[in-house]
Amino acid sequence: MTQKITALSSNLIETMGVKKSFKKSDHQDLLVLEDVNFILRENEIVALLGKSGSGKSTLMRIISGLIPATAGEVIYLGKPVNGPVKGMAMVFQNFALLPWLTVLQNVELGLEALGVSKSERRARAIEAIDVIGLDGFESAYPKELSGGMSQRVGFARALVVDPTVLLMDEPFSALDVLTADNLRSDLLDLWQEKKTHIKGIICVTHNIEEAAILADRILIFGADPGYIKDDLAVDLPRPRNAQDPKFRKLVDEIYTLMTTPSADRISVAGVRYKTIGLGFRLPYVEISELTGFMEALDSPDYQDRVDLPELAEDLQLNVDDLFHIIEALEIMRFAYVSKGDIELTGAGKLFAQADILRRKQIFAAHLLSYVPLARHIRRVLDERPEHVASEDRFLRELEDYLSQEAAEEVLKIVIEWGRYAEIFAYDYNTGILSLENPE
Amino acid sequence: MSFSPKKIFSKFEMTSLSFPNYWDLAAIILVLAILVILGFGVHQMSLPYQTGETIPISLDPWNLPYYALRSVLRMLISLVFSLVFTFIFGTLAARSKHAERIIIPMIDVLQSVPVLSFLSLTIVGFIALFPGSMWGPECAAIFAIFTSQAWNIALSFYQSLRTVPYELQEAASMFHLSFWQRFWRLDVPFAMPALLWNIMVSMSASWFFVVAAESITVANHNIMLPGIGSYIALAVLKADGWSVFYAILAMLIVIFLYDQLLFRPLSNWGERFKFEQDDDNTRSGTWLAALFENTTWVRRSGILLKKFWESFVNIRLLQGQAQVIPSYNQKWQKLLVIFWYVFLFAILAMSLAIVSKFIFAYVSFKEGFHVIYLGLITCTRVMVLIVLCSFIWVPVGVWIGLRPKYVDFFQPIIQMLAAFPANLFFPVVVMLIVRYHMNVEIWTSPLMILGTQWYILFNVIAGVSALPKEMQQVASNFNVNGWLWWKRIVLPGIFPYYVTGAITAAGGAWNASIIAEAVNWGQTKLVATGLGAYITVQATNGDFPRLVLGTGVMCLFVIAINRILWGPLYNLADERFRLE
Repeated sequence: MTQKITALSSNLIETMGVKKSFKKSDHQDLLVLEDVNFILRENEIVALLGKSGSGKSTLMRIISGLIPATAGEVIYLGKPVNGPVKGMAMVFQNFALLPWLTVLQNVELGLEALGVSKSERRARAIEAIDVIGLDGFESAYPKELSGGMSQRVGFARALVVDPTVLLMDEPFSALDVLTADNLRSDLLDLWQEKKTHIKGIICVTHNIEEAAILADRILIFGADPGYIKDDLAVDLPRPRNAQDPKFRKLVDEIYTLMTTPSADRISVAGVRYKTIGLGFRLPYVEISELTGFMEALDSPDYQDRVDLPELAEDLQLNVDDLFHIIEALEIMRFAYVSKGDIELTGAGKLFAQADILRRKQIFAAHLLSYVPLARHIRRVLDERPEHVASEDRFLRELEDYLSQEAAEEVLKIVIEWGRYAEIFAYDYNTGILSLENPE
Repeated sequence: MSFSPKKIFSKFEMTSLSFPNYWDLAAIILVLAILVILGFGVHQMSLPYQTGETIPISLDPWNLPYYALRSVLRMLISLVFSLVFTFIFGTLAARSKHAERIIIPMIDVLQSVPVLSFLSLTIVGFIALFPGSMWGPECAAIFAIFTSQAWNIALSFYQSLRTVPYELQEAASMFHLSFWQRFWRLDVPFAMPALLWNIMVSMSASWFFVVAAESITVANHNIMLPGIGSYIALAVLKADGWSVFYAILAMLIVIFLYDQLLFRPLSNWGERFKFEQDDDNTRSGTWLAALFENTTWVRRSGILLKKFWESFVNIRLLQGQAQVIPSYNQKWQKLLVIFWYVFLFAILAMSLAIVSKFIFAYVSFKEGFHVIYLGLITCTRVMVLIVLCSFIWVPVGVWIGLRPKYVDFFQPIIQMLAAFPANLFFPVVVMLIVRYHMNVEIWTSPLMILGTQWYILFNVIAGVSALPKEMQQVASNFNVNGWLWWKRIVLPGIFPYYVTGAITAAGGAWNASIIAEAVNWGQTKLVATGLGAYITVQATNGDFPRLVLGTGVMCLFVIAINRILWGPLYNLADERFRLE
């Protein structure tokens, strides 16, 4: 990584102007990935880091040839990718093992598909199982294995086909922290000792520390539609120590990059708040999470400004949840973030210290002011003589902006928030929104 | 057990020689016997036969094992065809959106066509297809049995294929499995638990039709194929009570053997394909599995089979790449799709024209309305019966379900009862009606539900057993008793199960109405007013247009009730009352 390599052959994978949209209806497309240009060089581990829904998984699937790009091209070793390519192997988030096959049979699967003879298959599979530390479990069924062991089978299955590029889709996210650490360091050992012929690794993750430990380069994704926001080179030596001040600095830097405001904000009294439109994809956050988070921020344990990595660790929140809560608080103007630190606003402090009734009032006021969808629903209900409306009506409106799935989710959140704030009522059986309280 | 061969034997030792043990002998005898019996049966099926010729059926009870064999063979042959149908059309529907749009509605409609109408409609064609051979009527019977199994199995397979986890599909693509490999390595194993379950349920239900399809009157020719069904039909014709009893006994034995030799080993074997993490390791084996596990030679041939299976899965011929999404689209493909729909539409229009012309060339509109009226009567019968049965079996089911000890005892018995072809009991009921001069319109009705009522009981018991313990504890903690307990705890809790049971029972009742509304004992004929009786009479007379009309109307009724009543109920149950 230190010397500049110009030869074309050293690029394992190259994407050029890759764009992906899904068909929403006959006339509308939903853009999930916009103009991605990315290069995987030889001897490089690249982490794709972003919140859920930022298109990082989609990009990996386009690179692997599992799904086609809407526009643009993926080049693997000089040839365009038009489907799964031999030479790339993938490790899946939930292992994707076949429960009716033994560990050995699962590992052999890829070789079987390539038409490798039975004896060679057996020998190679046993070797891969050996390398990944699964000896003794050859005849076990996946049901008998713990998550960590299952994912080792996933790795063995990928390694046995002798790939040039290893693709990993959040491979450690279904494991507990210790198991994930253990497997991660085993993988890094394999990589550094060059026990395999793998020349490059792409790893999708939403775990900031994981990206910092693994990667030579971190691509940070922005959302709606997904794009590469930052390309961060990491030149810390391996093995990396999570307590090392340099490492902490790197993590801080990633947090800052990930919470850096983009263009959709306006400046109020020196603070740039996030403002949203009707069709904004609201983060899926429950009231209790928001309340608990604000109470924690307001507690005497913290100064006014709190460091995000520290907070995530204290509250044992994964990064996805943390960012969702922060986003919701920012939208509602209960808190704001700058340079990787978070701080409650005046209203946020008031809320944290209020009793239940007062909290509902504050929440209602902010909901109506800053969430256009909630305001819109309330206005429609106010205008109607009967003060009732079907949720389908709003769903259809939302579907102008979002996929059906996302629209349903957003409506669900706004209904939950609205019910808490008592700005409208909702009946599950009929799907009717109204201004009346239930009998 | 320190030296059991089971523990030592592993895949790597298959070349070492060993002597067969006693268990081998037992297993080999069992296998050979089954093969010889099946071979004999198939040979008998292909004997020459002329229309109008009567096949001699004897009421000697010692002939019953042979007749039972013939009935079982029909069942197994149609099962093979059902599986072939399932693998082809289930897969097509799950893989191609365009095929799905036609296959699924087709199966939905075919499901609602009464099985015995299939028999009456096709038998003439099959006899013409195999002139002078027993295969003609045999095939018609087998086809009818096929129609009682295939739709259900195919739909379940299709549903399973659609729920194969996306990650597994991606893994299959990523590791370059061919269509063929993917089908046998991923799709079929994934669908296996549901597939096995539906095979077993369908086979249970199809005993009814096996029995009914063996003795059939076409255009006043009575064709009796050797089998238990014909035996009992003859017994009825001769008003021979003892023979009816022997037939019932023989059937009980057959179903018991079928349960032991097929049902249980299969469901045990199917366990390994369950996808969920299952902590329950206490599952007991079956004696059959134990027998085969204790053999060496038989197990060795099992390994050969396994090798054969492996090369079968890895056949090089079918090496097309399986794509997760077949989306690298081409222009001509779109054209092909358009052509396909135009073609379908043309076929549809033609069919409609032919059918309506065919029917109304012979039948007046007035009779058409009359048939609809008959349909309403049968419909009323079905609904009243379902309600009555629910009043009886829901409390019984709840009572049993709350007592886990009884559940284990009753569940297999009820399964057997559901499998037992209720039409064997019809003569018993008819005897009573004739003797005590009871009202035909009312008292033939219970026959319709005789065989399928067990599904309600079965499902209610399952529902109560599945109620979380905490719910019962909450009830007793808050003193929720009496009617409140039924209203707030049990009835909502078992609702999804009850609905499933009621749907199955109602579907079976429609099918059974064809036999149940027109019954006889000796020379006495009891014909109730209803659509089932209408179809039976037209089939006996060989009146083709009216048979088609009756069948069509029944089809419409079943579909309409499914759409209007059962569909919404099922959705309601699924959305509001499903306990996760």
